[in-house]
Amino acid sequence: MSVIFEKSIKGRKGITLPKNDVPVDVSIPQKYKREDEPPLCELSELDVVRHFTALSTKNYGVDTGLYPLGSCTMKYNPKFCEKIAAMEGFSNLHPLLPQLKRGGMLTQGALAVLHELEAQLCEITAMDAFTLHPLAGAHGELTGMMLIAAYHKNKGNSKNEVLIPDEAHGTNPSSAAIAGYKVRSIPTDPETGTLDIKALQSIISHNTAAIMLTNPNTLGLFNSDVKKIAQIAHSFDALLYYDGANLNAIMGKFRPGDADFDVVHLNLHKTFATPHGGGGPGSGPVGVKKHLEPFLPISRIAKRSDGSYALDYDHPKSIGYIAPFYGNFEVCLKAYAYILLLGKNGLSQVSETAVLNANYIMHSLKDHYHIPFLKTCMHECVLSAKKQMEHGVRAVDIAKGLIDRGFHPPTVYFPLIVKEALMIEPTETESKEMIDSFIEAMISISKEAQENPETLKEAPVSTPVGRLDETKAAKEMDIAYLSD
Amino acid sequence: MSYVSVTPDQQKEMLKCCGAESVDELFNDIPQELRPLSFSLPEGKSELEVLNHCRNLSDRNYSHLINFLGAGYYDHYIPAAVDALAGRSEFYTAYTPYQPELSQGTLQAIYEYQSHICRLTGLKVSNASLYDGGTALYEACQMAINATKRPKIILDGGVNPIFRKMLYSYTANLSIEFVEVQVSHGQSNRENLFNEIDENTAAVILQNPNFFGVIDDHSDIAQKCSRMGVMTIQSVYPIAMALLKTPAQQGIDIATGEGQSLGNGLSFGGPYLGFIAARKQLVRKMPGRIVARTVDKSGKEGFVLSLQAREQHIRREKATSNICTNEALCALRASIHLALLGKGGLKEVASLCLNKAHYAKERIKQIPGVKVMESSPTFNEFTVKLPKDAAECVGEMVERGFAAGFPLGRYYKGLENYLLIAVTEKRSKHEIGLLAETLEAVICR
Repeated sequence: MSVIFEKSIKGRKGITLPKNDVPVDVSIPQKYKREDEPPLCELSELDVVRHFTALSTKNYGVDTGLYPLGSCTMKYNPKFCEKIAAMEGFSNLHPLLPQLKRGGMLTQGALAVLHELEAQLCEITAMDAFTLHPLAGAHGELTGMMLIAAYHKNKGNSKNEVLIPDEAHGTNPSSAAIAGYKVRSIPTDPETGTLDIKALQSIISHNTAAIMLTNPNTLGLFNSDVKKIAQIAHSFDALLYYDGANLNAIMGKFRPGDADFDVVHLNLHKTFATPHGGGGPGSGPVGVKKHLEPFLPISRIAKRSDGSYALDYDHPKSIGYIAPFYGNFEVCLKAYAYILLLGKNGLSQVSETAVLNANYIMHSLKDHYHIPFLKTCMHECVLSAKKQMEHGVRAVDIAKGLIDRGFHPPTVYFPLIVKEALMIEPTETESKEMIDSFIEAMISISKEAQENPETLKEAPVSTPVGRLDETKAAKEMDIAYLSD
Repeated sequence: MSYVSVTPDQQKEMLKCCGAESVDELFNDIPQELRPLSFSLPEGKSELEVLNHCRNLSDRNYSHLINFLGAGYYDHYIPAAVDALAGRSEFYTAYTPYQPELSQGTLQAIYEYQSHICRLTGLKVSNASLYDGGTALYEACQMAINATKRPKIILDGGVNPIFRKMLYSYTANLSIEFVEVQVSHGQSNRENLFNEIDENTAAVILQNPNFFGVIDDHSDIAQKCSRMGVMTIQSVYPIAMALLKTPAQQGIDIATGEGQSLGNGLSFGGPYLGFIAARKQLVRKMPGRIVARTVDKSGKEGFVLSLQAREQHIRREKATSNICTNEALCALRASIHLALLGKGGLKEVASLCLNKAHYAKERIKQIPGVKVMESSPTFNEFTVKLPKDAAECVGEMVERGFAAGFPLGRYYKGLENYLLIAVTEKRSKHEIGLLAETLEAVICR
């Protein structure tokens, strides 16, 4: 489909603006002026509407069908939350208003949302305090690492290492590295599929600032030794960090704070339902135990004795500003409305059904695919295309075969520690009928891999484009349409 | 709860397949001692109840002040088609485009967004968006440090103070040295900037128009820096790019900025949109996602995420950044917004802002005791010196229905009497007149 700039027709307009109603026509001094016209396109509103509508039909979203992308928690999001976020009292609010004298009183509703969401998240995770500032999950990880660094610095500790299991999310090591830490990897016990405690004990030292743990981990397995791991960490004055990207599996069943985790980040756009918009926005709040609270980013939200809310910047030990304002407010607002809608039982039911759906898929496919750890999984299961590899069919071919059968593929080649991994996360919002047809598709692919592997190599054939040449993309770097 | 569709009968059937008696059994790996000590949340509510509750909260925010508050975040009109198109669920409910065959819509939209950012800034490469203008500036700073292998950054005092605070937080544990150089007559102080440049300097960070609303031409700074192997980074206001000399025309290496003004609401601070563009040679140093155009097996054109090998899911601790989620939907909104405005529309918006701001300047100049800073040219925003504490005056203006501007004393010591006033195309002549009259009444009281 042609790029929008190719559709431009000289003289066309897509918007009518108000006339200049002031008796001034200023011209900028030549020295500061752009030498040319801004080279944008010229289109009517309908041209633009048809262009983007056509693009949208070349896209697959949760509203289109099952999106079992492991570790990404692509569940259905209530349309209701969008309605709340669009309320003018929220969407038109200037973020600097509460920083003006008397402006705080005009933003009490928004501040109440933030304060109450912090309290809800504290209860869900058993942490003492939350910041909503981080703008995405990985941004939360970075914030968490900065908090840990500030904590140690304040104590006079000089520690320069963070330990991360090899089954952790890829963002963990990069977040720790960007915060200035050296990263050391802890191997997974091949028997249990969870962190090898003996290996941890041999690696940990007084140089260890923190251990970053995902539980359930990226193999979809719950590590029941977390309290012991916390003890080991704390005996070296290291902190224990909880990557909450997989929280969808355990609401009402396990709270990281109860197991002595010191820092937690959550992905509101996953567990608490915000559409992911093709790659964001997200929101990655960070929760801490009391001993880390002084270091949280500013501003903090304080509730005054008269019940009103105020922004509080007076935290001398704070790591400072990690976002311009109070986080991705609209995403926080949707999460807040979602938690109110579902409540205590609804949230527990989310986790129960997410776990049931994943186990159901795993058990239904165990005769057809290799399952590296055949034990109860949490909200996602990991299969391997090991059996299909005997016929030359790789995980990516299975993924592409699914596309021709009408499904978005699972995550492939992750976690890295499983060969030819396919990581499937159905989420709680999918029905049994939908899951059954997915299972059927997976079984038909495994048959095709035996009988006719070549067709799978050609897949997908039903999409607007086939498999794309990524080498050419990286070599030629055509990344912007610059000449009309 | 209506978002789970598995019925009790189906649940039984599914449990049987799993070889489990009950759902509880699926949680057996969580030992009793690790079960929640409390989970004290209210019971779920109906949509109607939550709607009423949230409406009540929304009504407690007074968003209808006549708004002259900017300071980097502006109250622009958003055409209805932006909401309608960006709200299409195929865009809205999609994930990061890891499977290009199913994501051509998102991928092409990002490619077009990248093209728009390049066209605005005149630079050749852009990525698929960053969290906000401040994080974009931080990433640019890291790019310069990586590219030059030098540890020192010179920061112009006209750079948004919120962004500067963010830079300091992010680099607190890294060995980066920052030097700030205060502006003179509102513009970058060349002499002091040049005096700070030495062989350890990676980059000079500038802003145009700067935080005080002042326009500058940084060509001379870029030229001198380039001779010394120092990079220049310029944070820009995208609407101003319709009229002002582009970063590329000034010889800047990396341009960044806050994209909120491009079709994204103020929304109490987010989601916003950070953009970044750079010279072509820097493409492999650029963080975050980049979409490229290529062909499929049969030669048909299509789009993919490119240069993924440097990303966190492959390079782990050696990745160029930890960015995973970005602001794709906000970038989509920016793309649609710019397509609707087009060449003429963007210029019209920019001219309306410029003219109305200058009209406001003239009106406010007439208030006795008020001094308008006029030594340097301004765009949509300008600074005035009041005969009283600006924060106090703004407080009184709030009571009269105005967000009159941003008191600079909040971020600049010694500027307690200074007020930063922003005017967008949404403000009418009448409202500007009311602002001037009311401000006069507050000051002369």
